[in-house]
Amino acid sequence: MKEEVKLDRTDKELLQLMQDEFPLDRSPYAVLARRLGLTEDEVFARVKRLYSEGVIRNLRTILNSQKLGTCSSTLMAMKVPEEDMRRVVGIVNEYMSVTHNYRREHDYNLWFTVTTCGDKNLVDTVEEIKRRTGVSDSDVLDLPTTRVFKIDVRFKFVNDGEEEDE
Amino acid sequence: MVKKRMNDEKDQAILRITQDGLPLDKRPFKAIAARTGLSEDEVIARLKRLKSMGVIKRLGISVNQRKVGIVANAVIAWKVPEELVERIGNIFAAHREVTHCYERVTIPGKWEYNLFTVVHGYNRESVEDFARRMSEMVGIRDYIVMFSNEQFKRTSVKHPF
Repeated sequence: MKEEVKLDRTDKELLQLMQDEFPLDRSPYAVLARRLGLTEDEVFARVKRLYSEGVIRNLRTILNSQKLGTCSSTLMAMKVPEEDMRRVVGIVNEYMSVTHNYRREHDYNLWFTVTTCGDKNLVDTVEEIKRRTGVSDSDVLDLPTTRVFKIDVRFKFVNDGEEEDE
Repeated sequence: MVKKRMNDEKDQAILRITQDGLPLDKRPFKAIAARTGLSEDEVIARLKRLKSMGVIKRLGISVNQRKVGIVANAVIAWKVPEELVERIGNIFAAHREVTHCYERVTIPGKWEYNLFTVVHGYNRESVEDFARRMSEMVGIRDYIVMFSNEQFKRTSVKHPF
């Protein structure tokens, strides 16, 4: 299935601006419009379209977990037989504290992150997931984070001067 | 580093809403003001202050990268000697293609890759090529590239306030 959406240069510039720093202003779309040489209505119509096409997931504040100091996280990996994958994924995905869960090309074929905040205990959650899925200890990795160098999920949409489709 | 306590109830009310998402509205801060009983200007001023304090890392959109053609992603895990982790972690983190870079515990005899990076690209070849360049850049040859071939879940962490 081809998921890719055709975007023009203005779409890409708009995405770049909205991703990197959304204006803290009464009329943020008017600020974006001035930067792009468009009207506020034109910008807002594009934004609505990009939402409906699924290009924009959401617009939100991303908080600094280390500064808030309330959350801890681990990366877990499991070796799951193919015939058991649906059942295990179903259990793992039930947990709010599991934010990312992917099948990966490795003997450990299921990889997911567990993040608990506030009063919830990370170790208890990990143990509960292990017990409920029934995957044996020898087929599980629990790899807590010891140092964070970067969490910054931003992409570059506009390649200055090397747009092949322009 | 001093952990900043978030005790201000008005800040908490704003962040509870904005971490879930701003409304699709030409005056999004006015909509938030209406829900929190603050003025539009106060919502904006508080968000600016929280950003300058570093509590808010970023206010911006999250883009579904697959829709713009960035369809390949891999966890690349590296076996890095302890004394080099700080330097190499910072080198990897400086690259835009690397969205996540963490040091994690190892389990001797079972899992010995200690430095984890997540790399995104337009196709597998570009990710594999980037992994080779990273390897040459830092002189670490022992690494594995684990492409994701199915996404089962992707949400975000919600901070309790």
